[in-house]
Amino acid sequence: MATTASTPLGVDNELALRMYRQMVRIRAFEEAANELYRGAKMPGLTHLYIGQEAVAVGACEALRRDDFITSTHRGHGHCLAKGADVNRMFAELLGKGAGYCRGKGGSMHIADFENGNLGANAIVGGSAGIATGAAQSAKMRGTDQVVVCFFGEGALGQGLVYEVMNMAALWKLPVVYLCENNQYNEYTHYSETTAGEVVARAAGFGIPGEEVDGQDVLAVNQCVRRAVARGREGGGPTFVVANTYRFHGHHVGDVDRAYYRTKDEEEDWKTNRDPITRLGARLVDAALASPEQLESVANEAREEIAAGVRFALDAPFPAASEVTDDVYA
Amino acid sequence: MSTLETQAPSGTRVITQSQAVNEALAEELRRDSTVYIIGEDVAEAGTPFKVMSGLVEEFGPERVIDSPISEPGITGLALGAAMTGMRPVVDIMFGDFLTLIMDQLVNQAAKIRYMSGGHFKAPLTVRTTLGATRRSAAQHSQSLHAWVAHVPGLKVALPATPADAKGLMKAAIRDDNPVVIFEDKMNFATKGPVPDDDDLVLPLGVADVKREGEDVTIVATSSMVYVALEAADLLAGDGISAEVVDPRTLVPLDRDGLIRSAQKTGRVVVVDEGHQSYGASAELAATIAAGAFWELDAPVQRAGALDVPIPFSPVLEDQTVPTGESVYELAKGLVR
Repeated sequence: MATTASTPLGVDNELALRMYRQMVRIRAFEEAANELYRGAKMPGLTHLYIGQEAVAVGACEALRRDDFITSTHRGHGHCLAKGADVNRMFAELLGKGAGYCRGKGGSMHIADFENGNLGANAIVGGSAGIATGAAQSAKMRGTDQVVVCFFGEGALGQGLVYEVMNMAALWKLPVVYLCENNQYNEYTHYSETTAGEVVARAAGFGIPGEEVDGQDVLAVNQCVRRAVARGREGGGPTFVVANTYRFHGHHVGDVDRAYYRTKDEEEDWKTNRDPITRLGARLVDAALASPEQLESVANEAREEIAAGVRFALDAPFPAASEVTDDVYA
Repeated sequence: MSTLETQAPSGTRVITQSQAVNEALAEELRRDSTVYIIGEDVAEAGTPFKVMSGLVEEFGPERVIDSPISEPGITGLALGAAMTGMRPVVDIMFGDFLTLIMDQLVNQAAKIRYMSGGHFKAPLTVRTTLGATRRSAAQHSQSLHAWVAHVPGLKVALPATPADAKGLMKAAIRDDNPVVIFEDKMNFATKGPVPDDDDLVLPLGVADVKREGEDVTIVATSSMVYVALEAADLLAGDGISAEVVDPRTLVPLDRDGLIRSAQKTGRVVVVDEGHQSYGASAELAATIAAGAFWELDAPVQRAGALDVPIPFSPVLEDQTVPTGESVYELAKGLVR
């Protein structure tokens, strides 16, 4: 599990293979979610993580199960990477009683307490406070838990993010601010909304900032490992910017995207910077896996996902009487 | 006489509301190591109103935490801590600053339990103020409790007396839900008897009859209880017996307690310092109008803050809030 120079990819071989499998599972999950939407089987809509898998997987594989994450509206990848069960996730997407939130949260609010996922959040930047508070709580309770706060570059426009970074730095809280720059604030390129350098924001707070190729799961993993180690040892927060790309639209219904980005740009990322293809090639080059083995990983993932979809489709809706449950503890 | 006299009946001590809140916080900090306070100038300064004097000396800066001036940030931090095993008390210096924390309070804290299907809880107390007439003008004088009471998932307490302030604060801290507790900033020096009990926890959702009467009910919240008692004294001079009922919490609301008094007297005035339009008084009045419909002899009347931003000049500000005299006139009009 530890980083080691004696292995061909610079990380433990098992870890490299597991990260490949996790990325493939997320990809398959999201493709199935898209199909559920297109088939009018999913209420509402959802935001796909396809293209960004290396960020969630690289980061979550640097965490323990009892570490925390907070997630975003584009949160399925984080949730799966932190260990969530596919069946319960699909059930939540379909508003079924077997879902993680008993059908009350849906895609944008999946939380998984058992695996330390404090929840997706439909307010951009809205979970930055929760993440930082969980880090403060870990410190106050005397544990060595660390928190990864996932947010997109769109959240760089929200004041809350800077308020909590200030406090995390002041109080040396064990939190990693992981900015996934997928280039687009909904339908607007981030360069139109974001002044200055993204990673440079950390320096103002005296927080170490690091930029990483978000399409390279090994690089993300190593970068976040360093940040997590710093937090665990009492060194305080880290700001990581993972440059990545959303292969699909802002949400599943955003299919005509020519007014804000070109097909060529999308094709370039999909062809040349797909995180799964990239790791797969490296695994094959290093003789850690054959193409056939990678294909069987993909098949297993597709089977697991298909079973999850069947489970969710067959699962009952919650009883209407549950509408008033759990307003208060 | 009202039940608010400042002589101490046996088994009680007369202390100020500020001391009562201080005692509640100190006792809960002592009792439960997961309780802590975070806010602006809560430690050495003990808050601008000196309510927390001495706490940092006893409990240290790790549990009485001076924060930056970042209301949304500290509320968010408190929520994250509450979701992971702590019981924070967030001090929002003025109720007007609730506007700054609305996302964290309304979209996050209020909804996390429901959205997660009951998997998370958020035992979080937000302590803040309400009330005008401190000559503090439009951004430090509002009574915004109705905003909070409108949001399912939040509880709202409005203590009027030192005993209620202590008992409701302790209940808020022990509650597993986000509770917003409003103290009238004009009442910190108000004295009253508080039971000699280091475990004084008042249940949330139980109204208190502050004065018994027969002819008219005045339902009053927070410092309007004192206004109502003043009106009741004036009414007594006219031979009218007024009952003063304090709901003490808006959420949960003791609907039965309010309706019972209305059924007894048949006439009701509701006094609340929030703006009258779309305010807490509307919910209280509607509750009573529906629940005591057959016993009411007159339409339920309301008195609240004038629908203007709170002005600075004393002569103007004094026009904006209910007074003993104005409530007396309103109640007398019902009984006549």
